[in-house]
Amino acid sequence: MWQLLRIELFKIFKRPRTYISFAAIGAIVALILLAFYADGTNYMAFGMQSLTQSFDIQGNVLNGYLICFIILQTLLIHVPLLIALVAGDQIAGEANMGTLRLLITKPVSRTNLLLAKFFSSAIYTILLLCWMALLSLVVSILIFGTGDLMILKSEEVVILEKADVLWRYFAAFGFAAIAMTTVAALSFLLSVFAENSIGPIVTTMSVIIVFTILTTMDIPIFNAIKPFLFTTHMIGWKGFFDAPVQWEPVLQSAGILLFHIIAFLVATILIFRKKDILS
Amino acid sequence: MQPLIEVNKLVKQFDSLVAVDNLSFSVYQGDVYGFLGQNGAGKSTTLRMLLSLILPSSGSIRLFGEELTPNHKSILSRVGAVIERPDLYKYLTAIENLRIFARMSGVRPSHRLLMDQLEMVGLAERANSKVATYSQGMKQRLGIAVALVHNPDLVILDEPTNGLDPQGIADMRNLILRLSREFQKTVVVSSHLLTEIEHIATRMIILDRGKKMMEGAVADYFQPASNKVHLGVANPEKAIELLKKEPWGLQVELSREELIVSLASHQVPALNRYLVEQGVEIQSIRSVNSLEAYFLSLTSGNQHVAAFTN
Repeated sequence: MWQLLRIELFKIFKRPRTYISFAAIGAIVALILLAFYADGTNYMAFGMQSLTQSFDIQGNVLNGYLICFIILQTLLIHVPLLIALVAGDQIAGEANMGTLRLLITKPVSRTNLLLAKFFSSAIYTILLLCWMALLSLVVSILIFGTGDLMILKSEEVVILEKADVLWRYFAAFGFAAIAMTTVAALSFLLSVFAENSIGPIVTTMSVIIVFTILTTMDIPIFNAIKPFLFTTHMIGWKGFFDAPVQWEPVLQSAGILLFHIIAFLVATILIFRKKDILS
Repeated sequence: MQPLIEVNKLVKQFDSLVAVDNLSFSVYQGDVYGFLGQNGAGKSTTLRMLLSLILPSSGSIRLFGEELTPNHKSILSRVGAVIERPDLYKYLTAIENLRIFARMSGVRPSHRLLMDQLEMVGLAERANSKVATYSQGMKQRLGIAVALVHNPDLVILDEPTNGLDPQGIADMRNLILRLSREFQKTVVVSSHLLTEIEHIATRMIILDRGKKMMEGAVADYFQPASNKVHLGVANPEKAIELLKKEPWGLQVELSREELIVSLASHQVPALNRYLVEQGVEIQSIRSVNSLEAYFLSLTSGNQHVAAFTN
């Protein structure tokens, strides 16, 4: 199993397209940082216009922690596409290249092969999030320094003390890893049905877009199904930026996402074990 | 002697299509076993079932004396295969591909051993080139190297000459013969080209629409002395007269526009020369050996003569 995992990781990181995701995140983060560096003060003044009329705000509000929070909000919407690029390619891409039939003729069980492929996708996902964390948190702090984190929510303003912020980012990125692994698992499942990676990638994104729309639309008929949509729970990382943290909904969301990962993976294995390889 | 491969009443059905129909055959150690049949005869489906790529609808497959399904891991460690196109990772080099598949087969060959393998298929000089830069023939040879990298006892090659130029086809034939004679491998090879099987196989099976039409030693069916030579001539009456006379004294059949005579293949050029010298205008000439005739009589393929003889 370990050998298979090493082989799958080797294949992933030997493909040039793998680095498109890292480059894309690097480019977006760099652009956001540049924008805040050039015009961040004006942006903050505009955003906090209503607050400054009632409150006297002092200190470094435009700090690395705030910028990291903004980047997280923006990027976690788009990262699923980058995850699906690799996870959706794992089986469908092999079928398309014609290498799947060669893999299956080797003395490895289909279950082990799938597990190796899934875990390599999960490792890729985690590395991508680490890269995102490194750029958005570490580089932001290096450029803009640290300070208290002030988050404007629809009905309240949350202010987190500087010393109480960093652990929340580690927890948020950990949660994001679970959320993005759910996307990888879905894309991986869809990959079993296709012989071209475009299908699973597009379908994964379609599912996420449709579910996200259902999650955000405040229509009573959709309220009943919202708790069952994994997209509802993907934004659970924001719970770490409440004061105090509401652990129950955060852990419940993490549990539901883990359940989805296991369900998608088991379904993938059951289907693939019986599948005729005709590619 | 116990068969290396023993297939019994194998059936594969895709919805309403019966791709393989109650097929039984045996392959023995040292055989170069040819699978012959038209496109769609069930050759690839059968070979894929031997490799666990496709699950049979019913029937049994035994390899090395063991049932395939519960023992496929141990069995496949003794099998090397190239199924249809030898598709490999184009973004990796030849040696990287070889190393990956060796490790998947449970072996960790040294760099030297991998290079020897590439040397055997004539690719050592391009070991560090990406497969994307390879020609079809080179990919085919690399596919063979991948199939052999773990030193299997049984090699299964599905249409190994597809897409190759004449030189590539000759090289592939020689390689298959070397595998059998020099390395004592048992080889199962499929083709829709009769000449391929004729040149390399010791035993063969002919499939038609998923059914076995015959199984046996190639030598029993291929007798070069009894070639049928089909002649297209402008003036058949004169040609018949010449062929019946000395020195040829041949029995001549007239079929449609062609004259058919029984003649060893090495005598065909002399006959051609004789008729031309006697003023007979020859429009076409082709040999149909006994195996080919037998093959065509077994399969629903008279209309496919060209496909099997080119």
